[in-house]
Amino acid sequence: MKIRAQIAMVLNLDKCIGCHTCSVTCKNVWTSREGMEYAWFNNVETKPGIGYPKDWENQDRWNGGWRRKRNGKIEPRIGSKWRILANIFANPDLPEIDDYYEPFTFDYEHLQTAPEMSAFPTARPRSLITGQRMEKIEWGPNWEEILGTEFAKRSKDVNFEGIQKEIYGQFENTFMMYLPRLCEHCLNPACVASCPSGAIYKREEDGIVLIDQDKCRGWRMCVSGCPYKKIYYNWSSGKSEKCIFCYPRIEAGQPTVCSETCVGRIRYLGVVLYDADRIEQAASVPDEQDLYQAQLDVFLNPHDPAVIAQARVDGIPENWLEGARRSPVYKMAMEWKVAFPLHPEYRTLPMVWYVPPLSPIQSASAAGKMGHDGEMPDVRSLRIPLKYLANLLTAGKEEPVALGLERMLAMRAYMRSKTVDGVIDEAIAKRVGLSALAIEDMYQTMAIANYEDRFVIPTAHREINEDAYDLRGSCGFTFGNGCSGGTTETNLFGTPKSGNKRAKTPMEVV
Amino acid sequence: MRDLLIYIVFGWYPYFCLTVFLLGSLLRFDREQYTWRSGSSQLLRRRQLTWGSNLFHVGILVIFFGHFGGLLTPIWVFDAIGISHTFKQWLAISIGGVSGVMCFVGLTLLLHRRLFDARVRVTSSFGDTAILLILYVQLILGLSTIFVSLQHLDGHVMMTFMTWAQGILTLQPGVSSLIGDVHPLFMLHLFLGMTIFLVFPFTRLVHVWSAPIWYVGRRGYQVVRTRGSRGVMSAEWPR
Repeated sequence: MKIRAQIAMVLNLDKCIGCHTCSVTCKNVWTSREGMEYAWFNNVETKPGIGYPKDWENQDRWNGGWRRKRNGKIEPRIGSKWRILANIFANPDLPEIDDYYEPFTFDYEHLQTAPEMSAFPTARPRSLITGQRMEKIEWGPNWEEILGTEFAKRSKDVNFEGIQKEIYGQFENTFMMYLPRLCEHCLNPACVASCPSGAIYKREEDGIVLIDQDKCRGWRMCVSGCPYKKIYYNWSSGKSEKCIFCYPRIEAGQPTVCSETCVGRIRYLGVVLYDADRIEQAASVPDEQDLYQAQLDVFLNPHDPAVIAQARVDGIPENWLEGARRSPVYKMAMEWKVAFPLHPEYRTLPMVWYVPPLSPIQSASAAGKMGHDGEMPDVRSLRIPLKYLANLLTAGKEEPVALGLERMLAMRAYMRSKTVDGVIDEAIAKRVGLSALAIEDMYQTMAIANYEDRFVIPTAHREINEDAYDLRGSCGFTFGNGCSGGTTETNLFGTPKSGNKRAKTPMEVV
Repeated sequence: MRDLLIYIVFGWYPYFCLTVFLLGSLLRFDREQYTWRSGSSQLLRRRQLTWGSNLFHVGILVIFFGHFGGLLTPIWVFDAIGISHTFKQWLAISIGGVSGVMCFVGLTLLLHRRLFDARVRVTSSFGDTAILLILYVQLILGLSTIFVSLQHLDGHVMMTFMTWAQGILTLQPGVSSLIGDVHPLFMLHLFLGMTIFLVFPFTRLVHVWSAPIWYVGRRGYQVVRTRGSRGVMSAEWPR
């Protein structure tokens, strides 16, 4: 057993209102630069839809993630190392910028300088790459916003697999949900595996996956390797960039920008302990539908004395162990089992999990034609098809998602009974396999969602981490000389090697 | 006067170019690694790149290693394994010719794309376009020398270039006098070839140094950086 800790995220889709505040604040902080205009480390998609870049979930087309070979081993779906190198001159699995969208601005100045005209002056779009006029904007990070575009196009969404989807094109049966997406900071990241330069790495101390901007050579294999298409090639710098999980904030104990600014308070951050030795085995299980359970099995119980003892041996700081015990992510994923990984079938063991949304009961059910389970409606009669959610979150296995939804309905019924009728009905809790205490805790965490309950982030330990003060003093958290996070041994001019830039405690006696 | 010019261009210029090539690459790697990249424009325009880039790269790699091995392998090695000078020249002409044509087709596609596709043109630096043009001219010069070579198939001109290249590398600038007698096309090809080494560190060509062949030898697929040490630990899975 080799215990590591990771800061993981849960998004409670039941409360997402699709306001895009996360996307906008993220963009303003991290990607408002030339070459990255088209890139959204965080974007919010309306499902069903094919998303951004187009059709990103269709791995028959993009070949992202991992493939289990006949001998039981896994390799990146874009190919083994030899295959990846053979494709290095022209990557056959790389999206073109039009699959995302050509970045644009508008001719705002024309609004002020236009002469008197019979019609109102308009600000027409202009490409941010070529500077030329764009006649039509074709796609974007939220193009299918609130069921935009025709059903025929939207329904190409691969999550419809195994569903008779035609009826959902009818107005009466239509359904939708929001899906905010960011880098999953996977336990078994396919981007890391497919990087020929070895520039992408997972940080041992908090699990954040980063691209060493000095080491990246722009071979662009990571863009194809990542099944979530959350690595973006910066066409200006020639390097790939990705969500950095706001690591400067995380290290200081603050939530990521997207989480901090979420007005729906749907995002949770917390520590999860996992067994690094079990990752390969979990990612290689034969049946895709077992991957969700396999990933749960990689996580470790932070209350278990044996785990605590081993974690101390493996050098996990005490405040991280405390954080793991209070982690809202652990509670939602492991204790209540209401949060699920996004597309576990990619075998990347993603670490950004989602609480599936409840939806109105369909009209048929409301008319008494469909089943109720006691006071609670049957989750199979909810407007969003259970199979759709299962395809999104559990590789098509419906039971875990059904239980998650039932527990959320039970929480509502229990609290309604308690606050309206003044009755504490433990039977409701018991029916979904929880205790009344757990339901109250769920309510506190998921419904009230106080800041302190949502974000339990232990600070980084400066005595063992990189000296962030030095980085800041050199050139802020930016690129170029002086703030290199590289591991280069060459050093012609005697600047301190980045490998030795360790923080020193002032009290240290030499 | 002509002798002096020959001496400068083929006796001393090579050392100037090699020095800038090596020292320049080292300095850029040390100081400006953020600028060290292949500079791919595939994201902006895929059209013409798949064929262009593959043909160009495969062609130029064969040409490069052909030149490298052909010029710098001591002639007694060929004599020892029984490859006659005429046969070696035919080998050079045929392999070089085929890969040269491949490279030419690829480069033509890439150059057309670079000059006439709005997205690629606007986002190209001066260096990006210039190096492509230089390579194009150099390739055309190289291909046209084939017709000169076909006039003398005994391999003696080839031997001259081998002696010159090996002489330069063994620090004998005097070998430049050998070049005085060859066809001007060869002279131009040699001069431009050395110039490519000269401009190498200032262009995107530096990505050649970083050809990620080590990837094949990486144990497992994953990379984890351990805390504190900032060292790269290659996790040995999945195998």
